[in-house]
Amino acid sequence: MHNLCSATQNVAAMPKKLWQPKVETEEHPLLTVNGVSKYYGDRAGCLHVSFDLYPGEIVGIVGESGSGKSTLLNCISGRLSPTYGSVNYQQENGDLCNVHEAPEHLRRMLMRTEWGYVHQHPRDGLRNNVSAGANIGERLMGVGMRHYGNIRSKATDWLERVEISKNRMDDLPRTFSGGMQQRLQIARNLVSNPRLIFMDEPTGGLDVSVQARLLDLLRELVAEMGLAVVIVTHDLAVARILAHRLMVMRGGHVVESGLTDQVLDDPHHEYTQLLVSSILQV
Amino acid sequence: MNHTINTTQKTANATPLETGYNFAFLDEQTKRMVRRATLKAVAIPGYQVPFASREMPMPYGWGTGGIQLTASIIGQQDTLKVTDQGADDTTNAVSIRSFFQRTTGVATTEETNKATLIQTRHRIPEQPLTEDHILVYQVPIPEPLRWMEPRETETRKMHAHEEYGVMHVKLYEDIAHHGHIATSFDYPVQIAGRYIMSPSPIPKFDNPKMDNCPALQIFGAGREQRIYAIPPYTNVHSLDFEDHPFSVQTWDEVCGLCGAEDSYLDEIILDNEGNRMFVCSDSNYCQQRLKAGHAGAMTAPQGQPAATRTESNEENNA
Repeated sequence: MHNLCSATQNVAAMPKKLWQPKVETEEHPLLTVNGVSKYYGDRAGCLHVSFDLYPGEIVGIVGESGSGKSTLLNCISGRLSPTYGSVNYQQENGDLCNVHEAPEHLRRMLMRTEWGYVHQHPRDGLRNNVSAGANIGERLMGVGMRHYGNIRSKATDWLERVEISKNRMDDLPRTFSGGMQQRLQIARNLVSNPRLIFMDEPTGGLDVSVQARLLDLLRELVAEMGLAVVIVTHDLAVARILAHRLMVMRGGHVVESGLTDQVLDDPHHEYTQLLVSSILQV
Repeated sequence: MNHTINTTQKTANATPLETGYNFAFLDEQTKRMVRRATLKAVAIPGYQVPFASREMPMPYGWGTGGIQLTASIIGQQDTLKVTDQGADDTTNAVSIRSFFQRTTGVATTEETNKATLIQTRHRIPEQPLTEDHILVYQVPIPEPLRWMEPRETETRKMHAHEEYGVMHVKLYEDIAHHGHIATSFDYPVQIAGRYIMSPSPIPKFDNPKMDNCPALQIFGAGREQRIYAIPPYTNVHSLDFEDHPFSVQTWDEVCGLCGAEDSYLDEIILDNEGNRMFVCSDSNYCQQRLKAGHAGAMTAPQGQPAATRTESNEENNA
């Protein structure tokens, strides 16, 4: 039963009812976030956030700046430790791992193998003093790949997949345009075949046409690889295109959550209504 | 230290002992602290042990780490050799040697096989070391990961968790840009299958000499306040790729003075016409070979002193 379930899900990569009626599927959540709160002194970053993320599912976190989106993302990706609550991750080998109580080496290992983190500014996520090829190859070498030719051909593949010409392979990332840097960052994260990707405003500093191409690429890659994604964005259009499910945050609280289309087409909470009605129309 | 019978070169020769200083300059508590760090370093091969490095009467970068190590382990029975880039008579070597002559009065030598303690900068002697030797290296930057990761907190974690993928990223860059691993000195090594270590800026030509070496090798970085070590007979592996294996430098020339084919050669420009010669960087090795009757293309005619850079030994052995 379990096998059957995961097989159909991989083929379809359509997480329509993966999350709502939990009883119907035997699939275990990839990530379980349980009552996460983060305080900075006596100010709250995010409060009592809980959700499950299933394999292949894309969850968007939207809200205005200062609403706690990034705090939440950092807490669940293990980069910050929450004041209360826990995050559990189901490893590829089936073991359950409490992200914040796991030994550091395990957490760091997950971060560079089974997880990826796409920063808003590609410079935060890239190694800027080495070539594009080395950036992509780093994770491969990190897991013990020691054959130069193989590393290089893998890097070539990935450059092609993210639509960067392979004769730019030995150039430094700073000679790339913003969009190319962002695509390079994505390739660098995906080369280790991760299962879970965290994205913090991945299209933040890009102009609209580059944004559209990047979104297209992301959607394709994510579907192809069956990735689970947690994406933070203030751009509802990005959320609409990528996310299956949305969480709307305000003042550290999740004020509304549900299927993306449901939340955006029929917003219940007044803040969501405000948010949706403030989208600029051309 | 080793109690080698080696009284031949006891410093009967002039240099008076400085008064007002403890034996070997450092006070006993400091030496004890350095020895403790050294013992820990020997116990964990390749691990960088922090120590409270002292100000020494020389600038950082001139061997303050090596000199503290030497000062804390040297004994009356020792015979000291100091080399800089393989040569016994360059500024750094001469001043450190005279420093220890004046503060300890121990015997000094330029001959590798007579020394028990060798402080070196950037070379390992050509003559194979034995269990009777201790080799002290001067290290400017002890952290091999520093080039890739500027944060000390991060590099410590990387060492602790054995996250060494980035070292290969550096080698990858070399091959991508030069077609081969172009790193030619300070070539990273892995000690006993665990810690990755900077061998100090020795040429990679010397890396194979570290592997399974019978002598104790200790490394001191004064400015960076780190001591690390390779115990005798320890496996030292130079990092490489399967399809780009580690290799050492080779020369088409031989030593112009002694004709050696197996030593590390320095290139010396002779004039403005572009003439050049290659000579052994290990001056003592070159001398020994000359004495044994080897000759190179530019050896001085018999009876005249050879134009090597080491003359100081001549009077003793004449």
